[in-house]
Order: sequence, then C-alpha cells, then structure tokens
Amino acid sequence: MKAIDTVVQKAHRNEKAARTFITICGIGMALVPLLIGAFLFIKGTDTFFTFGHSVTEFLFSGQWKPSDTAEGGGQVGAAMFLTGSLVTCALALLISLPFSMASSIYMTEIATPRRRRLIQPAIELFTGIPSVVYGFVGMTVLIPALRKLFPMPFGFSVLAAGIVLAIMIFPTITTMAADAMAAVPKSWREASYGLGATRWETIAHVVLPAAKSGIFTGIILGLARALGEALAVAMVIGQMKVFPTSLFLPASTLTTAISADMGGAMEGGEYNAALWTMALVLFLLSFLFIFIIHQINAASDLKGGRN
Amino acid sequence: MISVEAKKRKDKCMTRIFVAGAAFAVILLIAFVLYVVIDEVGGMTSKMLSFGPQGLGNMFFNTIYLVFLALVASTITGIPAGIFLAEYAKKGRLTHWVRMAVETLASLPSIVVGLFGYLVFIVMTGSQWNLFAGALAVSILTLPLVTSVTEDALRNLPSSYRNGSLGLGASHWQTIWRVLLPACFPRIMTGLIMAAGRGFGEAAALMFTAGMSTDINWTDWDITSSSCPLNPFRPGETLALNIWALRTEALQADAAQQAASSSAILMIMVLSFSLAARYLSYRIDKKMGGNK
Repeated sequence: MKAIDTVVQKAHRNEKAARTFITICGIGMALVPLLIGAFLFIKGTDTFFTFGHSVTEFLFSGQWKPSDTAEGGGQVGAAMFLTGSLVTCALALLISLPFSMASSIYMTEIATPRRRRLIQPAIELFTGIPSVVYGFVGMTVLIPALRKLFPMPFGFSVLAAGIVLAIMIFPTITTMAADAMAAVPKSWREASYGLGATRWETIAHVVLPAAKSGIFTGIILGLARALGEALAVAMVIGQMKVFPTSLFLPASTLTTAISADMGGAMEGGEYNAALWTMALVLFLLSFLFIFIIHQINAASDLKGGRN
Repeated sequence: MISVEAKKRKDKCMTRIFVAGAAFAVILLIAFVLYVVIDEVGGMTSKMLSFGPQGLGNMFFNTIYLVFLALVASTITGIPAGIFLAEYAKKGRLTHWVRMAVETLASLPSIVVGLFGYLVFIVMTGSQWNLFAGALAVSILTLPLVTSVTEDALRNLPSSYRNGSLGLGASHWQTIWRVLLPACFPRIMTGLIMAAGRGFGEAAALMFTAGMSTDINWTDWDITSSSCPLNPFRPGETLALNIWALRTEALQADAAQQAASSSAILMIMVLSFSLAARYLSYRIDKKMGGNK
C-alpha cells in the first residue's frame, strides 16, 4: 500500500472518531436539562403519588404544614409561596420597566454614538454582579432606608424584595431592548422623519412597534431571572410564611422557602418532597418562559420581522 | 389639528423624561458599585485578608479553585457541544432540541441546579459536601455560555478559512482542529473569562453541594488528606456563600464587616474579569476588522 493511502485512511478514521465524539457531546449536552427535569419530576411528584396530596391542594391551598416524616399526613398548600414569587416578580417588573425603557430609548435614539459606546457596556457589566452582593447591599442600605421612609415594622418586606429584583433585572431588560431597537433599520427612521414626524413620534410609532418582539424577549428573560433568584430575595424579604398581603410586610417565595428549609428537611420525608415539588414548579416555569420566547420569535419571523 | 408647536413641546418633554430615566438608572448603578467597593475596602483589616481561620484567604482560594474545576468541566463538554452545533449538526429536529436545551439550561434558576447537584453528586454518590460536586453544579450553569460562545465564534469566522483548508485536501476534522479552533481561540477564551465571572458569584447552586465549612491546613500537601488545599473532595466555602452564611447565621461579632469585605472582593473579581473579557473581545474585533 502506498504511503498516501495510509495517510488518507488515517484521516478518515480520525474524522469518524471525531464526528462520533462531537455528536455524543452535543447530544449529551441536550440530555442535561432533560435529566434535571426527570429527576425533579421523580422527586417532585412524590408529594402527589407517595403522600397522596392533590395538585389543586398544592397550588391553591394556603395551609402549609408538611410533616417532616416519611409517614406524611401534613398539609402542603404552597399557594403563599407561589403568590409571593408572582407578586415580587410583578413588582420588580413594574419598578424596573420604566427605567429600562427610558435607558434603552435614550441609548439608541437620543445619545450620541460615543455616549452609547460608554453606557451600554457599563450597563452590561451589571448583569455579572453576584446576586448575594445585591442582597447584601439591599440588607445594609435599602432596608434601613425603607424603615425610615415608610411605616413598616421590620424593613424586610415584599417592597424591598421587589426593589432588589428590579435592580437585578434592569440590565437584562435594558440591553435586550436596546439591541432590539438598534436592529430597526435606519431607513425606517429616516422615512418617518422625512414625513415630518418628531423624534418622539418616530420612537412611539416606528421604532417601538418594530422592536416589540425583542423587547418582550428581554422582559421575559428578566422575569425568568427574577423568578429564579433565591438568595438576594431571601436576604431582604424577611421569610415569613404568610401570604404577601402588604407591600410593607415580610413574605416568602418559592426560592426562599427552598433555600431556607431544604437543608433541614429529612430526606424522603413529606416536607422534603413538598420542597422538591416547588423546585419542579420553578423548572416548569422557566421552561414555559423559553417556550414563550420561541413563540414570540416565531410569530415575528412569520410577519417578516427583523430576522 | 394639533399645532407644530405642541408636537415640538411634547417631543422635548418626552426626550427629557428619557434622559432623566436613563441618568437616574446609570447614577444608581454607579453609586452601587462605588458604595460596595469604597466603603468596604476601607473597613478591611489585614487579619481578614489572611489565610487563617478568621480570614477570607481560604475562601478566596476555594472560590478560585472551584471556578477553575468548573471551567475545566464545562470546557471539556461545552466546546465539543459548540462544535457540534456549528459544524456537524444538520438542520432538523435534533439540532432544534439541542439548541432548545442550551437555552433552557441558560435560564434555569441556579437553586434548581443546586438541588439537582445535591441529589446526584452528594446523595446518590453517598459523599459529604465537597468542592468537586460544587464545581460540577457550577459547570452546569456555565455550560450553555461556553457552548454558545464556541458556536458563535466558529460561525463568525470568514468562510475563506474553511475553504482554504478544505481546498488543500484537509478533512473536516483536520480543518476544525488545525485551522478553525486556533482561529477562534481568543473568542472562546473571552467566553471562558465571562463564565468565570459568573462562577465567582454563584452561591445558590453551592449551598447544598460545596458545603459551608472550610478546614484547610496550608502545610498539608498530601492530596488524599481532607485538609489539603488541593483535594477537590473536601468541603469548601466560597466568598459568595460566605456572604449568605454570615448574613443569615451571623455567629461572629464582626460578621457584617466580614460580609462587607467579601462583597467588595467578589465585586472587584467579577468586574475585573468582565472588563478583561470586554477588552479582549475589543482587541479581537479591531484585529479582525483590520484584516478585511
């Protein structure tokens, strides 16, 4: 056999081996979230199958008294944690959205390119700041300030959690929205100005509608981050196991309940199972968010949007 | 009909609102960083920075070591996964699923990943809390970032690289290994630095995996001993976890000051890493732009 044949054969063999290895890694990667989902499902459904609670009890009942034993017999209504999570996320979005929109509009439509090059990276830097640092500053600065400003007994409150989360999701929403607005073709703006529109009219009637799907994607990513945040919220919300009835009172969320109680709950007990079910709910919600983002993008592709 | 004057006034008014909103947000963020860094660095004592049981040195070391292990793990699996998506995957259902999986992983709450890590790496292996389990949990969190950076880097290379190599008779794999990967090495490096920044601050995923205690003896270099700094199978508390533990459990008198110092160190680490990544990618863009 000629030398060249050996070389070619070796290359073919390597090619095959590499392709197999790479494909295995690629598919293995796809299996990780499936595996996580499967484990959460197995552990999380114990509440329903082993301990015989109904899904409606878990989702809608406010009676939270799971027993820390393998026999069960407690009550596992997690509605207060669910509402706690939803209320804090909604509050965070409500606080953060006006500032995110103002900042992203300022960066793309009003600021000079030089200023934009300065501000956008600065805002992006904040996505990387550890959540415990946000929580810590919230605890040492925000809580005393809130206690002075409002008539509240502890300072630890739903409002504090909402503010900390709002600061955390601000960079996410702002950068996504700014990218979406920057992707609107310049000729559209010029056409609008050419028709005599003012800058505000151009923003409101041309840029914002065109960048709609990108902005929504940013909002949902921000919501996903707010929903999954555990420690920063746990540090400022006060972790009282009650429904979030007032902005100025402590409450609990899904993540804070898991982080506070998982360490102490007995493996295989009803308490433990109920906490796993809450983790399963978190997993399903973040999956739902990704699904919604896909739907939004698919819809804007169909309409011949920016992609 | 609305007059031109009214429209102009409205335009000016809206512009002011946007400028004010942006300015407020940016000033708040800057104040935040300055508060953490300046206020807390001032209160640091040399005792705190030491490597003794009172100091943060051990936790600093744990943080670096854990993130290093996590990056090794997510490099080994993430870069091939990125190559798969960019080079070998055909358009179809399978690729769609892999991509969907990457996105799902990227948005998973870290506490959920922490629970998964606790179940698989601690309960199922029957081991104590250890750094290695923590590193694997963090690697799950950084995996999607490494994968998508690798994929983007490969896709953004000029097609002449690929064509030149294939034209010389190289196989697909030879092209990837000898031409494409070296060409996108700086970009992948940038991604890894970003991933490290994320790893430094991770706490929720480590609560149930890496444990909240550190017992290091700096004279003990026997890797199998549980107090050897380099033994990955020992419990190790990181800086981020330390902040959480101090603020909720607070057994020591100077807990608040310690937590403050930890935040400042952590913030400086994270900011310098992301600035480094940014500078690196700026340099790459400049270089690539010059070649065109």
